[in-house]
Order: sequence, then structure tokens, then C-alpha cells
Amino acid sequence: MNKKHPLVKYLREEMLPTVFCPGCGGGTVLNVYAHAINELGIDPATIVSVTGIGCSSWIPSPYYKTDTLHVLHGRAIAFATGVKIKKPDLKVIVIAGDGDIAAIGGNHLIHAARRNIDLTVFLINNSIYAMTGGQVAPSTPQGVPTTTTPYGNPEPNFDFTQLAIAAGACYAARWTTYHVFHLLKSMKKAIIKKGFSFIEIISQCPVSYGKMVGMRTASDFLRLYKETSVNVKKAALMKEEELENKIIIGEFVDKEREEFTEALRNINKRLFINK
Amino acid sequence: MIIPSKDFKPDKKAKFFEVTIDEDFCKGCGICTDFCPKSVFESSNKINPRGYYQPRIKQEGECTGCKLCELLCPELAIIITEKKIHE
Amino acid sequence: MNNSSLRQKYLKKLSGKTLFTQGDAACAYGAIYAGCDFFAGYPITPASEIAELLSLELPKVDAYCVQMEDEIASIASVIGAVWAGGKAMTATSGPGFSLMQECIGYAVMTETPCVIIDVQRSGPSTGQATKPAQGDIMQARWGTHGDHEIIAIAPNSVQECLSLTIECFNLSEEYRTPVILLTDGEIGHLREKIVMPDPNDIKLTHRRYARKSEVIFGGRLIPPMIEYGKGTFSHVTGSTHKESGMRDVQTQSVHEKLITRIYAKIDKNREKIIRVEKDFIPDAEYAVVAYGATSRPAKGAVIKARKAKKKIDFLRLITIWPFPRNEIRELGNRVKKIFVPEMNLGQISREIERFVHCEVVPISKIGGIAHSIDETYEAINE
Repeated sequence: MNKKHPLVKYLREEMLPTVFCPGCGGGTVLNVYAHAINELGIDPATIVSVTGIGCSSWIPSPYYKTDTLHVLHGRAIAFATGVKIKKPDLKVIVIAGDGDIAAIGGNHLIHAARRNIDLTVFLINNSIYAMTGGQVAPSTPQGVPTTTTPYGNPEPNFDFTQLAIAAGACYAARWTTYHVFHLLKSMKKAIIKKGFSFIEIISQCPVSYGKMVGMRTASDFLRLYKETSVNVKKAALMKEEELENKIIIGEFVDKEREEFTEALRNINKRLFINK
Repeated sequence: MIIPSKDFKPDKKAKFFEVTIDEDFCKGCGICTDFCPKSVFESSNKINPRGYYQPRIKQEGECTGCKLCELLCPELAIIITEKKIHE
Repeated sequence: MNNSSLRQKYLKKLSGKTLFTQGDAACAYGAIYAGCDFFAGYPITPASEIAELLSLELPKVDAYCVQMEDEIASIASVIGAVWAGGKAMTATSGPGFSLMQECIGYAVMTETPCVIIDVQRSGPSTGQATKPAQGDIMQARWGTHGDHEIIAIAPNSVQECLSLTIECFNLSEEYRTPVILLTDGEIGHLREKIVMPDPNDIKLTHRRYARKSEVIFGGRLIPPMIEYGKGTFSHVTGSTHKESGMRDVQTQSVHEKLITRIYAKIDKNREKIIRVEKDFIPDAEYAVVAYGATSRPAKGAVIKARKAKKKIDFLRLITIWPFPRNEIRELGNRVKKIFVPEMNLGQISREIERFVHCEVVPISKIGGIAHSIDETYEAINE
């Protein structure tokens, strides 16, 4: 009998092995996530995973075994808001791709961050719409050819972490699927943090994105992440030209402010105290 | 061969690790082979039950238990376990 | 404090009281009677008053009312709250209703019980934002893509706004489906006297929860629900799924079985769901079929016509969807002409034509002003 990894018990085993392409960064995120929940000792029965449509959405739907809400493209954070307001004691975690959370779902992302609703959002950024075959995404760097920008992407890409910070996220970090130990520590922090926690995870797609930029193995990407990553603290002391084509990683924000469901509960409480 | 003397006491802090690859899950992506700092793995021509070229464990004894491969693996196909040292 | 006892206290205080209020407000009260504990909405004329009243009243029963960033987020959070165990509702008008269609389809596919109030206004597009219409009849039926049935009911008075909102919640729980209250700007902003019911007289349909071995997307015509956080590790998806909830989009029979069952939930229970108001007279030659706000001047026109010795039947549709085709067929066999006054260019009249052989005459009036008794009478008389 083939020995299974002990953390496979956190997954819906009947759906394994995964459908991820060989070397998919999404698989690494699933792996690190399973480690995070295990190390935190959280009972998966107290977690609700919400996700939309895309390769990254397979992490919670169907792989990670919790109560799972697999919703429409882009709407995960909106559905998650309803779940959290109704049952604030549950951990509500959104894991989805960059197009899902920040393109079609952009509006919900910024308002959830503004409200500071206690959600944990892992945005998996693979620079492309991979599942549908490689169309341009708001994460695709300028100039890259894709199936819908065959002459090269005319638009610059988003900095999703800065977007989340500007919208008010209490915890915002960016890591890559190479920096697995940092990612693990960061995930644990984000999960237990009360308030809107956001991690952007730069993740390799050797198939749909890789073919656009000529990097066909996962290791090509991981080497690139390793070589071009700069910690945010160090980046603060560098010049703009030095930061060109660099991936700034690290914890950008870690602060506290009133959480949304708590604010709602306080309104109700005040009504009863005044009775 | 290096043979310890009779009054040699093994360093209690030294650890040894067992490296296992789950053949049902491995997709031969090569991340473990390319990133292990101790070159524990190497590519091979062995085709696993799922039809992928599975890496071979070249030198398990070199494993330091850093678990970089275990965490990087997209399929949870690498299991690093600490071996108990007989005292 | 216990939520249900809070709500009972609140409703007991209202019981028997006479209010002079708007249709929108009555919808809000109806939701409170029905046990709604989560409302999410976005401002839109003429539905904003529903959110405004609920934002004031729901906290008093320790429930939540939130304004979301758009209509899509509103219906999405409603559905999320339902799976977390809540009874949830949203309210909007035509343009917002259009935005919500994808999520309504999600609620149909995942069999999520929830209520959507559409206070119809003049369209298409921004149209006459502050004026009433009945232009969303077909949108309520087919707005979301794919084969599906839907339940939509239309009140014609402020009192019905209250009672039919409760009915919507009950139907949604009974058939595990989203239910639409198709009201309109005329009734929504109309002020009338209503009597608040005794909560003990209200029969509520409670959600059925699955026992350990039961599947929640199959096994019987209307499967039981689950509630997140109870250790069921349920998988809810808008993709085609097996009875367990796990996705299977490849197997033809899985899709066919799922969609036909979801369709049959409502289709096979038409008799139980459909409500109409019949006012038939012997030897009728003509008939008027109306619904919602238009049914009131229509009734007035029928009364005037009967005074002038016209033999005329009157049928008010309370349930719009599933369409009362049997009642319409029966009517079609009785009379030679059916008049259908509507504040649209003929949406229900088109549906009536499918089931009768007699002549169907739409009396359309668009532009935001309701039919008057006289002009309806004139049209019948021709």
C-alpha cells in the first residue's frame, strides 16, 4: 500500500490525485494551506471555504475538506460576507485566482477590505486566466502575448497587495510559491487574525502562462521567484529603477481596527442596553 | 569505512530522515529534484502507475529534514519522517 | 437574549394594530413575521423603503440588515447567509433584478431557499426610474440562463404585500427554491390601511435539515438542507453536481437527472403552489385576466361592465409563475375573448395565448401611469 502524506486526511481523498498540471503552484498552495491548518490545530468543521471559478478554486473545491461554497466567477467574497455575518464564529476563508478575486470580483474585494469583515483571502496570482486556456488577466505583465492579446498585452498589470492595502486590509502580504516557509507562517497569521486578511501568492502556471513566456517547467518559475524577490523592508530602501521587474514580498501591513460583524453586533447590543 | 570507538556516544541532536515518494500522486514535475539543497533526488526513467517519470531517491542519508521538498510538492507526494535513532 | 423570544415579543406588540402604510413597508413587516434574519440590499427606487424599514427594525429582533456595494453582492450575501442557517431576503427593482439573474440561477441550481422582491418599475434600462410598470414578468421566468422553473407571486394590495411576503418565505422553504415577489412601484408606494396579524395565526414552513445519512442534492424530489458549521463538510456548487454535491460535469445522466428533478420540484407541485382569485359568472362571454396593481382598476371595470349587463368573468393571478395554465385553459373554454390589462406591451397576454383558442386582447399601458377603471372599461367595451 502506497504511503500517503499524513495531511491527506484534510483533503477529500476520493477526489485525489489532483487535476493540477504537473508543477502547478496551486498544488503547492494547497499543500502549505493544509500544513497551516494542521499546525494551528483548527478543527476543519469550523471552517467554511468559499471560492469562485478558476484553477485555484480547485484548492477548496473540491480538495480541501471543509464546508465548501463553490460560487459564481468573481463573487466568492460577496457570498463569504453573507456566511460570515450569519455565523461569525466560523472561520471563512476565500481561496481563488487573480481574475476571480480582483478582476470580475474587484468590487467585492475592495468593499470587504474597507468594511474590514473578518475574512481570510488568499489571492493566487498566476498572471493569466489559465483554466480557460490563457487569456490576458489584470495580472499579466505588459507586453506579454496571450490568446486575447496576440500582439502583446497593451495594459500594465495590477499590484493586488497595494490594492488591498489602499482599500483598508488589516493584514496584507505577498509571497511566492517558492517562499513556502514564509507563506506557511503568513497563512497562519492571516487565518487567526481578526479582520480582513489578504495574502497575494505569486504562483507558477507552467502550462497556460508558461507557454506565453517560454518557461515550461515549474522549476523555471521558482528559480525566477527566488532570484527576483526582494523583501518589502529592503525594497523600501531601494531606488525605483532597482525595483524594476522585481517581486516585492513580505508582510506589508499588520494592523487592528474594528471588525465589521462586531460593529453590526454592537449596534444590536446597544438597542437592548437602551431598552 | 569509519568505525566508531567502543565508548562513542551518538550525538542526541543528530537526526536521520526517511524520504518517501507517493507513487500514486507524483507527477514528475521535477521541483523536488531541482530544489533539494542536498541533491537527495535525481530524475529517472521510472514510470509510475500514473504514467509520469518519477524522481529517484539518490541519497536519502543526505536529507537534513528541511522539508523544502515536502512543502513545495504540488501533490503532497513527498513524506519526510524522522527516523528514530536506536540508543 | 433569545432571538426568537425577542421576535415574538416584537410581533406581539404589533399584533392587531392598524397601520396606514406603504406596500414596501408591508413587505418589510412580512419578512419579520416570516423569521427573516438577514437582509442585504442596494438602494433603488422604488424598493429602497424596504431596506430602510428593515435597517430600522431587524436590529430590534437581533437580526442583520446590510447595504452591500451592489445588487450582485446583495443577492450573493443572501445566499451565503442561507447556507449558514439564515432566512434571508433582498429587494430591488428592474435594473437590479437584471444584475441579480446569475445569482438567482445559482440559487435555483443549489436549491437555496431565499426571497427576492422585485418592485417593478418602468424600463427597459434606467427607464422611468420613479414610475411603476409590470415589465419584469418574463424576466422573472427566464432572466437566468438554462432550463429552470421559478415561483413568482404578485400582490395587489398593501395587506397582500405583508401576507404574500410570508408566503414567499414558506414556498421557498417548502420547495427549496428562490421565490420572487413580483410587486410594482404602484403597490410598493401605495399607502393603505393594513391590520397586523397575530403571529400565532401565521403558519411558517420550517426548513428541513438532513439526517446523517441523507444526501442534500438528491435522494428525493425535495432534498433536505444542511447548515454550515455542523460538521457535515458539505460541498455546494453551481456546477452540475451529483447527489452528494460533488461536481460532475462530464456525465450526461448526472446533469439530466439533476435539472429534471429541480424542474419537477415546482412543475409537479403546480396545484399546491398556484393561487388565483376567480370571480366567474354563469354564461360569461368575455373575461378579464389581471394581476398586481392592474387587477384593481381591472376589477372596477368588470364591476362597471356587469352593471351594464355584460357577462364577464374576472380572474386575478396571484401566482404568476408557475403559470396557472389549467385555470387559463378552463377560462378559455368558457369565453370567446380574454382581455389582459397590463402595464407592459403584453407579457402575460402572450403566455395566455399559448393555452387558449379564443381571442386574447392585451390592454397595454406603459409610461408609468396605472390603468384607470374608465379606460379599462372602454377597452373591454369595444
